[in-house]
Amino acid sequence: MNKLSEFMLPPAKSTLAAETDALFNFINVTSLILLIGITIAIVFFSWKYRRRSENDVTPVITHNSKLEITWSVIPLILVIIVFGWGLSGYVNLTTVPDDAYEIRVVGKSWLWEFHYETGHVSVNELHVPVDRPVKLIMSSDDVIHSFYIPDFRIKRDVLPNRYSSVWFEATETGESVIFCTEYCGMAHSDMLATTIVHEQDEFETWLETAGSADDNLSPVELGEQLVTRNACTTCHSVDGSRLQGPSFQALWGSERVFEDAENVTADENYIRESILEPQAKIVESYDPVMPPYAGTLDDRQIDAIIEYIKTLE
Amino acid sequence: MATEESTANVKRVQVKRFKPEEYPEKHYLNQETGLWAWMTTVDHKKIGLMYLMSVAFFFFIGGMLALLIRTELLTPARTFMDADVYNQVFTLHGAIMIFFFLIPSVPAALGNFILPLQLGAKDVAFPRLNLASFYIYVIGALFTITAIFTGGVDTGWTFYTPYSATTGGSVMMMTLGVFILGFSSILTGLNFIVTIHKLRSPGITWNRLPLNLWGLYATSIIQILATPVLAITLLLLTMERALGIGIFDPALGGDPVLYQHFFWFYSHPAVYIMIVPGFGIISEVISTFSRKVIFGYWAIALSSLAIAFIGFLVWGHHMFTAGQSSLASMVFSFLTFLVGIPTGIKIFNWLATMYRGSIDMKTPMLYAMVFLFLFTIGGFTGIMLGALAVDIHLHDTYYVVAHFHYVMMGGMVMAFLAGLHYWWPKMFGKMYSEFWAKISCGLVFIGFNMTFLPQFIMGAQGMPRRYFNYIDQFQSFHQFSTMGAYVMGIGFFIMAGYLLHSLMKGKRATANPWGSRALEWQTSSPAPLHNFEHTPVIINGPYDYHKPMSEFQLGIATSHNGHHGNEHVSHTESKTEQV
Repeated sequence: MNKLSEFMLPPAKSTLAAETDALFNFINVTSLILLIGITIAIVFFSWKYRRRSENDVTPVITHNSKLEITWSVIPLILVIIVFGWGLSGYVNLTTVPDDAYEIRVVGKSWLWEFHYETGHVSVNELHVPVDRPVKLIMSSDDVIHSFYIPDFRIKRDVLPNRYSSVWFEATETGESVIFCTEYCGMAHSDMLATTIVHEQDEFETWLETAGSADDNLSPVELGEQLVTRNACTTCHSVDGSRLQGPSFQALWGSERVFEDAENVTADENYIRESILEPQAKIVESYDPVMPPYAGTLDDRQIDAIIEYIKTLE
Repeated sequence: MATEESTANVKRVQVKRFKPEEYPEKHYLNQETGLWAWMTTVDHKKIGLMYLMSVAFFFFIGGMLALLIRTELLTPARTFMDADVYNQVFTLHGAIMIFFFLIPSVPAALGNFILPLQLGAKDVAFPRLNLASFYIYVIGALFTITAIFTGGVDTGWTFYTPYSATTGGSVMMMTLGVFILGFSSILTGLNFIVTIHKLRSPGITWNRLPLNLWGLYATSIIQILATPVLAITLLLLTMERALGIGIFDPALGGDPVLYQHFFWFYSHPAVYIMIVPGFGIISEVISTFSRKVIFGYWAIALSSLAIAFIGFLVWGHHMFTAGQSSLASMVFSFLTFLVGIPTGIKIFNWLATMYRGSIDMKTPMLYAMVFLFLFTIGGFTGIMLGALAVDIHLHDTYYVVAHFHYVMMGGMVMAFLAGLHYWWPKMFGKMYSEFWAKISCGLVFIGFNMTFLPQFIMGAQGMPRRYFNYIDQFQSFHQFSTMGAYVMGIGFFIMAGYLLHSLMKGKRATANPWGSRALEWQTSSPAPLHNFEHTPVIINGPYDYHKPMSEFQLGIATSHNGHHGNEHVSHTESKTEQV
């Protein structure tokens, strides 16, 4: 049973995973036994009762109440067990402990933003303490997304104009992948993030110092880090290849051609506007899909990104 | 056997034994020929064949799209197409397979052909309406094809708001196509219900109705009751996009979850529109090729109706993670499990029918066995997904993709193929190569499992569906799955080959090549233009294999058509009147 679950399921890294996995294994094993039984019956009957001559006479068996009640009641009992078990797991999944640490999550096409109590915002990186319940209060800025951490066995849709929440308690430190599982357009499959589980004191330290580590970097170095950290590179390549948005390479100083605005040359003001209000000018042949970064990036960070783009010739 | 009182109501009719004409010179295929005659035909058999050609065409298109998807997924990110193209391809694959193949395939194509024959009727109750429904289907298809060529659709076949309200492309044209298509489905359902009620031959009481017709009857009820909800939903969606009326889009004050409720209120019962008629076919095939009375006739008939009924009350199981109340999730989960019970009963009934039968593993029977195996896996994984806590983990992953392919393709398509091979001689009066048919069936079976078994594992490990790009750990599973898809593709090309060969050069079929007791086999192959040269009279059930064939070939020779008043055929009477 453990072998089966190790092969089929991702590592279990939250307190909620054990119950889900146990039920998963129970259904798998029960189903497998029944499936093998049915398959043996198919094969055995096909061989044993194969037609021997065109004049074969078959018995008249129209029904058998005892048999029929048996094969109705046993599955009924089995599914009631599965139902109750599944429900109990679901209640645990939806009952948030009172002392849960709260983090605000915003889904945007196509990135995840995590807002912490200190006001710090991380993009596509969720930092959480180990062995402590964490509650995520989530909403979307555009279409429906769904927040899924396979290692924790949790998933919840993230809706516009509405909050939804999910909670978990990580049981070990390390990294786990976060997927978006509600189809949300072109870069849906690139809307990935990472959960980073810290020791509790390590997490406190991270929270206090997050962002200040950037002080020691030159603007270009900082910009290079920011475009990755803020998921710019999900849609904008730095090597000239075409993704969902125009490449950053050779962007600086180039003539931009728009769908419905006059051409401009890419300068500081254009790049700043494109980051804060991306829908203002849409480059020809691209779709207006970028979320605004106002409130996510501060002026110093925008400056750094501009300095970095200047270096990409 | 009858009391004094009841015999008073029995009007005695004289019946004769009519053996069907072998290798008839005149039949429905060589009468009223020519393009115009076909296009304006009201013959249910020809309309059925026109549907069959259409669904075969769309199955081919949908299948090629599936191969494109699988090829693209050989490597993470771009293999040979871009993300936006990939998103359009999987949307089209889903929409075409569901709306243009699965929904019409059994009821409209096979059902149209076989339903009046199984009733001993000349045609369906409303032949012109039947033709109209075909043209509505064609118009719906034209809209959809236009949508593909004028911008494409990248919303997934579910058209979830608000994404579908904001994305570019031809979403409106596409939804309009599906909207129109719905009317075709409603009209077919209506026609079938009336036909089953009103046009049964003398002697076909409700407990002698072939199980295939019970399946189609249950399906028709769902088609009539559920399809209008889809129409309303799509209309609201169109109004939102075209007129800016806020219904589902939160930016306009709407509620996107409401859309999901509406959509699944139709689309979950639609799953049963696809699978329930398949159950009917399997019952016919297993009884015929086991040459044995069906086990638990009423259990099978009523479980179809039970599935149709409960199927209306489980739509919320698509939304366990979407934000409906916990109470709603609990109720939907429970009802979902209840659907499993009648489904399980059917599986056991079919197995019990094979017990001590005289089993001839011809191609239709082979497909029925493949159905039993694959559909059982589909059912068990459905139980997995119905369990609340587990569904939270598995929802919207490849596990779900694999599950519904096991149900839809492993279940429904295999049942469709069983039915196609079973009734092929009746349709075209030709046999196909058993050898190649079995080779093809084997390749489809192996290819199918190679394609979708790895997807269960991938999904359980967390691979989300509708992903153009994926993390490296899934690549070997994806590649194995793609190889399976190619094997399956080869199987289907072989099938196309031997079926075409059968049409051209196939051996002529006898009236009843399978030795079936069912009514449709008691007339010539291919069927005469008006199905029967006499009004058939039925004194035995369609699965009474213990009785001699002569008791199944009875009919009224005279002009009297047997459809008046309280006529009942008494068993003894007809026997004495046999020639």
